[in-house]
Amino acid sequence: MDAGIPPPGMSPLLQLRGVSTWFETPAGAVRAVDDVDLTLVAGRSLGLVGESGSGKSVLSRTIMRLLPPNAKVSGEVIFEGRNLLSLPRREARRLWGAEISMVFQDPMTSLNPVVRVGRQLTESMRLHLDITRREAQRQAQDLLAQLGIPEPGRRMRGYPHELSGGMRQRVSIAAALACSPQILIADEPTTALDVTIQRQILDLLGRLRADRGMAMMLITHDLGVVAGRTDDLAVMYGGRIVESGPTKVLFRTPRHPYTAALLASLPRIGARKHARLETIPGLPPTVIDPRGCCFTPRCQYATTECQQEEPMLGEPDESGQRFACFHPIDAVTSVTAGAGGEQ
Amino acid sequence: MTAIEGLPVTVAAGIDPTMPPGPGGRSTASGVATTRRRGRASRVMAILAIMWLGLVLVLAIGADLLPLAPYDAPVGGPRETPGLRLHEPLGTDAIGRSQLSRAIYGARVSLSVGILSVLLGLAAGGTLGMIAGYFGGKLDAVIGTLNDSVLAFPPLVLLLAITAIFRQSLPTLIGSLAVLSTPSFVRLARAGALSYKEREFVIAARSMGASHARILTRELLPNLMFSLLSYSFLIVAVIIVAEGSLSFLGLGIPPPTPSWGGMVATGRDYLATDPQLVFTPAVIFLLTVLSFNVLGDRARRRFDTRASALS
Repeated sequence: MDAGIPPPGMSPLLQLRGVSTWFETPAGAVRAVDDVDLTLVAGRSLGLVGESGSGKSVLSRTIMRLLPPNAKVSGEVIFEGRNLLSLPRREARRLWGAEISMVFQDPMTSLNPVVRVGRQLTESMRLHLDITRREAQRQAQDLLAQLGIPEPGRRMRGYPHELSGGMRQRVSIAAALACSPQILIADEPTTALDVTIQRQILDLLGRLRADRGMAMMLITHDLGVVAGRTDDLAVMYGGRIVESGPTKVLFRTPRHPYTAALLASLPRIGARKHARLETIPGLPPTVIDPRGCCFTPRCQYATTECQQEEPMLGEPDESGQRFACFHPIDAVTSVTAGAGGEQ
Repeated sequence: MTAIEGLPVTVAAGIDPTMPPGPGGRSTASGVATTRRRGRASRVMAILAIMWLGLVLVLAIGADLLPLAPYDAPVGGPRETPGLRLHEPLGTDAIGRSQLSRAIYGARVSLSVGILSVLLGLAAGGTLGMIAGYFGGKLDAVIGTLNDSVLAFPPLVLLLAITAIFRQSLPTLIGSLAVLSTPSFVRLARAGALSYKEREFVIAARSMGASHARILTRELLPNLMFSLLSYSFLIVAVIIVAEGSLSFLGLGIPPPTPSWGGMVATGRDYLATDPQLVFTPAVIFLLTVLSFNVLGDRARRRFDTRASALS
């Protein structure tokens, strides 16, 4: 498959080519990520959306090589001309934290409970930047202040349990940003926080990204999170990218039935009171020996073709949108209704 | 992922009874009440234990500065009975040496052997256990097998073998008891490393480019330290008993250096006529071991509440 051609004038910073990740289990190989192509452009943000089990977290951990030992990986992740997946660990370690870093879902568990906040922040700086302890501490304190943490000096001497959830997530964002990386991967950074804090953290991430000209990959199951905050969007289902393109275009004209169904299931402020939320019937697929399009069992447009053959992600159209579907939404209206039908 | 995360817990629970309870698996309402009641009594016990150990420690360390009779020369008639007097309140032993002086110098041996060998065992066992738990695989299998074979050996036989091979001395004694205390620390550290290595903060550290050595020392060690140190108190008690048994068998510190076990051993012959010769060192011994146990228990309980509060 061809890696997406970046729009002119924008250099691809991180390129995923045919990345697959699978886990050997007694029941067979579970394909968590299946032949994924993605491009992260410098200074832009990419939203990666999918429901639980769609493989988005595994994808992020594949990029960072944080998978458990029973995981198998193929494909390439190219950063600055080097394949991150085949780089010797020693060299890859120099990039992690310094060039590419990650914010995790749950700040309750992603900070070490028995290590002072200050040391958790300065750890990576001392490792990557070759600066003195004092200098690292000064920088960390500035960073905390920038991230809106009151009394950063006192906080640094404290332990994570003395901080609220939102504060902790700010601390782990600060830790991720400590060495001014070029790429930030945020894996559901707000899922564990309450709604009012979610907004603050997302706005903060957006602001920091813009200020630092960082590329960001925002992974979430919540379309509302990526709506106004990402430039591009990729929708994952069953370990594959089923649709990708500029966020605005995807929200306006979703072509893949799954994207359309996801959008339809968002609650709307203007909706009638007590209106039922749209849902997608069925469950996410188990991805042992996938055959055909894995959305088939839940898709109202599915045909026998969908069961047997796997649709490939098409070439981007003029707006940059790509989708993997035999019966994309626009085309489906012209197809006679009930062609094939549901299972 | 759940299967992978679940694995260490079951493995740990299956292997080690000393493993701290996993997050969320604790107290009911009535359990809290009993814990509190027991807490008050145990606080008194803990204070007494600290006082006793403090006294023994101060006397043992400051023995040279105290106006004590020499421990290896007679100061009076044999087997003088203890009494409330300034001169030799604990009486004299079978050949007229000062019991007080011998008990205090004996404390030096017992405590230094107990504490030093446990520190050695803690360092060796903690390192091996963390490595086994963190890296797993072949390394874990090798360390696990070695560990099990040390455990499978009857401890006294192992000690007898070591003291038979090497010259009888303080370093030999400390070394062999360190070997004996290592396996429990290996297990404790391994179980801890298993339960922590998949935690998100370890993964986060890896995502920041931390090396294995760094993760072991900076992420895992601080988390394991609580359980390892609190367990050390209990092991010190066990080791002091082991040292006493060895000395009792005449395989400990060579005479005339006193040790509590040795004092009991030499007093044994006069048990019918002068029981105080056995009784005095035995009571001191008992109180010391009991104190270590009380403190160890208390430290462990404290650590448990920390663990459950964090989850």
